[in-house]
Amino acid sequence: MMGASLAVGSSFVAGSSAAWAMETQHVSPKQMATLIQMARDIYPHNQIADEYYARAVKGYDTAESAGNVANGIQAIDAAAQGRGYADYLSVPWEADRVEILKSMEQSAFFQTIRGNLITGLYNQQDVWPLFGYEGESYTKGGYLNHGFDDINWI
Amino acid sequence: MTAKFELNDDSVVVIIGTGAGGGTLANELAQKGINVVALEAGGRHLPQDYQNDEWASFGQISWLDSRTTSGDWRVAKDFAGLPSWIVKAVGGSTVHWAGASLRFQEHEFKTKTVYGDVLGANLLDWPIGLSELEPYYDLAEKKLGVTRTNGIPGLPGNNNYKVFEAGAKKVGYKDIHTGRMAINSEPRDGRPACQQTGFCFQGCKFGAKWSTAYTEIPNGEATGHLEVREHAHVLRIEHDKNGRVNGVLYADKDGNQHLQKARIVSVAGNSIESPRLLLNSASSMFPEGLANSSGQVGRNYMRHMTASVYAAFDRPVRMWRGTTMAGIVTDESKHDPSRGFVGGFEFETLSLGIPFMAAFLNPGAWGREFTSALDSYENMAGMWLVGEDMPQETNRVTLNHDVKDQYGLPSPNVHFDDHPNDTAMRAYAWKKGAEIYEAAGATRTYPTPPYPSTHNLGTNRMSAKPSDGVVNKWGQSHDIANLFVSDGSQFTTGAAENPTLTIVALAIRQADFIAEQMTTKAI
Repeated sequence: MMGASLAVGSSFVAGSSAAWAMETQHVSPKQMATLIQMARDIYPHNQIADEYYARAVKGYDTAESAGNVANGIQAIDAAAQGRGYADYLSVPWEADRVEILKSMEQSAFFQTIRGNLITGLYNQQDVWPLFGYEGESYTKGGYLNHGFDDINWI
Repeated sequence: MTAKFELNDDSVVVIIGTGAGGGTLANELAQKGINVVALEAGGRHLPQDYQNDEWASFGQISWLDSRTTSGDWRVAKDFAGLPSWIVKAVGGSTVHWAGASLRFQEHEFKTKTVYGDVLGANLLDWPIGLSELEPYYDLAEKKLGVTRTNGIPGLPGNNNYKVFEAGAKKVGYKDIHTGRMAINSEPRDGRPACQQTGFCFQGCKFGAKWSTAYTEIPNGEATGHLEVREHAHVLRIEHDKNGRVNGVLYADKDGNQHLQKARIVSVAGNSIESPRLLLNSASSMFPEGLANSSGQVGRNYMRHMTASVYAAFDRPVRMWRGTTMAGIVTDESKHDPSRGFVGGFEFETLSLGIPFMAAFLNPGAWGREFTSALDSYENMAGMWLVGEDMPQETNRVTLNHDVKDQYGLPSPNVHFDDHPNDTAMRAYAWKKGAEIYEAAGATRTYPTPPYPSTHNLGTNRMSAKPSDGVVNKWGQSHDIANLFVSDGSQFTTGAAENPTLTIVALAIRQADFIAEQMTTKAI
């Protein structure tokens, strides 16, 4: 599978480094790979590996969501085909994929994916350190003795 | 010893809500030996339960009952079901407040006189002035242990404050400090000093910040004159054939309904639920709702002019470390119409963690512009802009009969349109806030729109004349002598300052009045 750094198998999608893999049951591995790529294109962070985006969208792999996912991805692939690509995952530049997403920005499918990513992606505690965010300090007695006023350049 | 009163005990004062207004009033009355039943819709969460995790805490303590929104404010688009971010728990929104404790300025009690006619604004002078409230501000500051009052030192400045202070000085602002905060800068009142934990909005796990949850409420309970019923969600206030309120119907944790008899009822459920309850208590005698002969119940909803400025720098700030609201610049809080608007505003530092920053920096935004801002998170500083907004009759809380809550009652709809004065003030404040950070070396600034409202005000406003408002200068309803309002909904206008200290001062004053009225058998 080209376009993204994702490997799509018969029942799973995996990171190209094979550091992680996710089995799918109700949506196809290619659909899941498309969701992961969409998630990255909506909230692109170079320091965040695909695995975290995969976690953020794996909740769509349910019998209940499968129909909406299929329809939404059909629309996004059709938009890619209208621009001369085989499908969304085959669009090599992020800017061109973003153009496709913008064309469907008002759709319920896009807004659902985007809205759920806010917590699905950014509320993963494993992601916080990738932004430098340290989170709670209570267990170490607060930041009082852990740098609350350590700025040295101002 | 916690008291226990009978449902048919009609000698008690029933207080609905246990936040800054209700919790303070409950304790003040109990200290005077007056028996009080406080009904709290939420449960009791204490510091050991608070979660220093933004979304987990949000789910734990927020008021999440169904609500709807309308109007041109951006909150109605971005957070249609969440007009406000307030707390449902013993302690109310004093669990998550920042702690900023500022007195109103003298002119802010008489805006109609000082600002004159502002087109579209329903301005009115308060029926009290600063001088009448000053003795109660003194008592409130002592109760809360406000820093920079009564010889209590200010809090130390954190990283976010240091950037803010440096920029503000370069811009030429003069009145810059770490705030008047109801957060202990040294151990006081059995509570420790601030440990700079962060997460002030999620409940202070050290209890360094004043909250009625672990000050007023247990102090009142210790007198034997206060019973707090948790998970007691009030459905309606009842009255007798003479039009005096005589009881409160509530649902308990299991949904069973009870009627608590009352001699006096105080409403303190915050500025959305308080008018909603009065409206939902309509009867054949009061078809427009209780205390609503003026038609002003639910109107003049104010939420403060708010906005934020975040800024990215070329080096780390780590704004999340330490006190959330760590400092203030008050130079712009004056009334100076030459700026293009009436009233004033404050700059106050603020920080959000990554989860909330993603949700609130620019709701609905996506793509590289947005994510490159989050990528600078470690290098970010942040401030909140809070100023006086204009009361408008059409900004109001109404009953939405198409949407019912979990008890089958109409949900509140919150309608809000920005007044041109609010919009002009916000534009100016965004510009000045950005200038502060640019002076400190910011490489990029982000004018962030308002969050769901934390300061909800004005929907049962205080007025000298019964035709202009809902309550008199004691918070006593004009129409029903034994019905009081004890929260921020009684504010006639909003002022530039954070409202809690004024809510507390009014509650202490109201307790004196209620006690005197009970003694003289006036009510």
